[in-house]
Amino acid sequence: MNGQKIAVYVCNCGTNIGGKVDVDEVVKWAEKQPGVAVARGYKYMCSDPGQGLIQSDIKEHGIDRVVVAACSPTMHEPTFRKACADGGLNPYLCQMANIREHCSWVTEDPEAATAKTKRIINAQIHRLPWNEPLNPIEVPVNPDVLVVGGGIAGIEAALKLSATGKKVYLVEKDPSIGGHMAMFDKTFPTLDCAACILTPKMSAAGKDPNIEMLAYSEVTQVDGYVGNFKVKVKKKARYVDIDKCTGCGACQEVCVVRKVKSEFDVGLGYRSAIYIPFPQAVPLRATIDPVKCLTLSKGKCAKQPCVPACGPEAIDFAQQDEYLDIEVGAIIMATGFELWDAAEEQRYGYGRLDNVITSLEFERLSNASGPTGGHITCKNGEAPKSVAILHCVGSRDENYQEFCSRVCCMYSLKFAHLIKEHLPEAEVYQLYIDMRTYGKGYEEFYKRLMDEGVHFVRGRAAEVSEVALSPEEEGHLVVKAEDTLLGITRRLPVDMVILSAGLAPRKDAKAVSQVFGFGCSANGFFLERHPKLEPVSTITDGIFIAGCCQYPKDIPDTVAQAGAAAAGALALVDNPTVKVEPTISYIDPEKCAGCHICVNICPHAAINWNDDQGVAEVIEAACKGCGVCVAACGSNVPQQRGYLDSQIFAEIEGAMAL
Amino acid sequence: MVELETTQDVKDLHKIFVEDVYGIPGGDKIRQCQQCGTCSGSCPTSSFMEYGPREVIAAFRAGELDKVVRSNTIWLCTSCYSCTVRCPAGIKVTDIMYELKRLAIKYKSWPRDCKNPALSKIMIDNIEKYGRNYEVGLLAKFTMTHKPSLGVKFAGLGTRLFMSGRMPLRPSPIKGRDEIAKIVAVLETKEVAG
Amino acid sequence: MSLRYSYFPGCSAEATGKAYDISARVVCKKLGIDLVEIPDWNCCGATSYISIRELESFGVSARNLAIAQEMGDMDVVATCSACYTILAKTNRYLAEDDALHETINEALAAAGRSYDGSLTVRHLLDVIVNDLGCEAVSDKVARRLTKLKVAPYYGCQASRPKGTFDDPEFPVSLDRLLEAMGAEPVYYPVKTKCCGGMLMMTEEEAALRLNLELLQCARDNGADVIVTMCPLCEMNVEAYQSMVNKRFGTDFNIPVMYFTQLLGVALGVESKRLALDKQIVPVDKVLAKVPA
Repeated sequence: MNGQKIAVYVCNCGTNIGGKVDVDEVVKWAEKQPGVAVARGYKYMCSDPGQGLIQSDIKEHGIDRVVVAACSPTMHEPTFRKACADGGLNPYLCQMANIREHCSWVTEDPEAATAKTKRIINAQIHRLPWNEPLNPIEVPVNPDVLVVGGGIAGIEAALKLSATGKKVYLVEKDPSIGGHMAMFDKTFPTLDCAACILTPKMSAAGKDPNIEMLAYSEVTQVDGYVGNFKVKVKKKARYVDIDKCTGCGACQEVCVVRKVKSEFDVGLGYRSAIYIPFPQAVPLRATIDPVKCLTLSKGKCAKQPCVPACGPEAIDFAQQDEYLDIEVGAIIMATGFELWDAAEEQRYGYGRLDNVITSLEFERLSNASGPTGGHITCKNGEAPKSVAILHCVGSRDENYQEFCSRVCCMYSLKFAHLIKEHLPEAEVYQLYIDMRTYGKGYEEFYKRLMDEGVHFVRGRAAEVSEVALSPEEEGHLVVKAEDTLLGITRRLPVDMVILSAGLAPRKDAKAVSQVFGFGCSANGFFLERHPKLEPVSTITDGIFIAGCCQYPKDIPDTVAQAGAAAAGALALVDNPTVKVEPTISYIDPEKCAGCHICVNICPHAAINWNDDQGVAEVIEAACKGCGVCVAACGSNVPQQRGYLDSQIFAEIEGAMAL
Repeated sequence: MVELETTQDVKDLHKIFVEDVYGIPGGDKIRQCQQCGTCSGSCPTSSFMEYGPREVIAAFRAGELDKVVRSNTIWLCTSCYSCTVRCPAGIKVTDIMYELKRLAIKYKSWPRDCKNPALSKIMIDNIEKYGRNYEVGLLAKFTMTHKPSLGVKFAGLGTRLFMSGRMPLRPSPIKGRDEIAKIVAVLETKEVAG
Repeated sequence: MSLRYSYFPGCSAEATGKAYDISARVVCKKLGIDLVEIPDWNCCGATSYISIRELESFGVSARNLAIAQEMGDMDVVATCSACYTILAKTNRYLAEDDALHETINEALAAAGRSYDGSLTVRHLLDVIVNDLGCEAVSDKVARRLTKLKVAPYYGCQASRPKGTFDDPEFPVSLDRLLEAMGAEPVYYPVKTKCCGGMLMMTEEEAALRLNLELLQCARDNGADVIVTMCPLCEMNVEAYQSMVNKRFGTDFNIPVMYFTQLLGVALGVESKRLALDKQIVPVDKVLAKVPA
């Protein structure tokens, strides 16, 4: 059989391997092994000259199997396989032997390391004759892309993709795109008005001929695999015909149900049962809330004033949810965040004490288009004379969220500035542990705030109380904290307390990740494929993530990540096909008994039941080569190419032979 | 009798402190202190302490626990656990305070006008003698030996308590006093051992 | 559910906290809760023992758990919050630290005892509110305390550290129980603030300030009476009121009762069986507001 001309390369990897393993001895030993034609030691096999060694040996010595004893295959299997391919040898006839992570790095004993190195290499020498040439499988790629989430991340990704001519489906669960950024007042560090910089992008996305806007919609099911995703989208009924509605807003003025807490105003303001969430909404269309609308929930709104008020006659109480089936080649998740619920920490009194508000609530108070017309006021309508801004609420805290939420120091400083701008006479206190102003222009922003006369107190607030212990405290909220730089406990009487709560993963993040088929990290955010090198990919080929759904971040980083995700998606869908690893399962139809076990057990839904032939069939592009079907089959029928039983047993024999 | 006199004494103090604190379940969390000040801010008596709980940990890091052990700080701790509940790093601040109390007693280091160690010691003597606390005996011995002025102050209150039956004059020793002695004896040898 | 518990009265029960013990026993009997006193129980060690010696304090405390275990598989109930916390802490540390558990058992063995760590330590308030239930209490109430405004003072040792039967910052068990009695629990934001414990004897100024805040808040919120669940708290807030007045020039005269005493009144038990004559600040005004 083939495989009589094996080349063994033993890498020193500098001193990583060479410092512990006696490479010369191993090479001498390898030369003597049956089937080995060439054995070499080298300092850095992954380098160009190192790879060159393999290629010249293939040419000059007719090598037909290669073992590279070096680091982990995770590091360099693709490198060496490509080197072989470029040298004219099928890449699947090359195996790595991990003598670093599995050997030199896990022992202090050179003798033991050298002995184990020989065993590890011997395993591959025995295996290689059983390797067969394999060719990658090419599957066609659908050029369309799905972006889930219409905040700044989703909008940016959609616009970038559209600019390259790709068709993008933009799915957003709320009636309008814009996300959290649309709610903000000014943005740090430039103090641009959020709406002013966001709405042009929203508008562009709304008008873009390549972007199919699916607002007030949700993804309910995802099937398929990279390049070929089949997605079911539920377009929720607005009970308004969006083709007729002009967004004039006449309906919401006349609706009889006026006091519904507005989600956009974080409950500080009201909307009607039929509503347009905010004036710059895209799409600018009305939506009826089926829970609050009297007609839809109880069947009794005597007047239904919205109907006659609507000129284009767009109201349609009989409207149903619509389901859409779309096919895309790549998916970008940009579902954003939720604000951590400050009511969990009762020592700050959120929900119990008047005038203790969260950061998002403050954004709405300060915003000129907010419920108070941009006037920062206490519950009694008067402007506060003193405000305390408390950092790290729910963050950096083992009891709640352990991680630092990145943006809160900056937005807290921003709030201080906005308060000083609206109310120049107000005293503003910032209670912080560390000032995390790391970004471009951020430290300068911090200095600016120091110039504005904000009182910085280094100490995490212990509690907010309404109990006055002295006349100065009567009628005020009292923030108790240790001023750690002075080492004294201070009681600060203020009129308003802003809780800088952290960004949290959305409550449905885990459920959503399961619909799409990727994972979440321990802190609940979507999990990236590699924290440094692959921050916008997920473990599932073809699915990308961007923005705060991956981890809290500011707008500049969100926009950058959205662009990166768009580039990742584009790299995939801009090609007519994508190559899929051939180390996948194969079921011999002659041997399959038709018991269905593998069909049911496959975690990637990659095995089909072929009714005509009465056998199970692998969907090649969907198979991830996990090996579960191989293990589960009672008749030992499915075989994983590249990991055949013959190969595995040979490897075991080789390892045990020494 | 060991006092905190030399640099070596102070080093030993820190060594023992670390060993003991790390032995408490979750005690090694002390390493993760952010110095945020939540503990000192929450402590009901921190404004009376020379060093608040946060400063105690800072002193530990700076190798200056001897100053803390000599101060009134730890004796003002009422073990209300507010600090422990609110600490974002999960540090067992109250347990650290108890450990420092024990070390202060071991090194006989506390401010001259601080009577808490004396009170605690009398209470323990009572427990070992009778198996239960003997409040009248505790008060009497404490006021007479350490704070006579307190005895005068409490005289009125004490009488009223006695009259309403809340201050029995005699102790109520338990039968198992010898059990207490045996338990304590076994554990004392273990303490010495390690 | 069997409402049978082993009962740890605590040292104060024989002295300053006598009223708590008396009223607790009477009330439990009336509610059908069976409290079986742990025979020959010893002092839990309070905050004093562990301040001097740690290992021995666990041993001394654990003896009670060992005796309780011999009585059967019942939860251990304490009335004094400090006793509750210390017994619960001992229990928890023995569970978390196998080496410690082994050492303590060795010591217990010298006394002919052992403890396997399987009991649960409860506070009486927890038992009444969660095992018996406020509804059941309400059904048995004979005199609804409708006109009575009560400040529910939980104190610190029963509320903290985390993992006790209620929220460490804003617990509600006692409020619910008071409502079940028909009383009105007033807004009392200092409900879990420390009373100073034993501090009054050694650091008077600090202790007086702590109690000033407690009394002030009760008065500011219109409380007719403060109820407590710990003999130390009761002592501080009630017996030392005159000292607070002297130091700060205030004129507090707020009655303080154990929650079991007030519960007894609501259940229709006669005052003299609830040791109400033992209060320093007289409780006549309180009783006057209760319908016959």
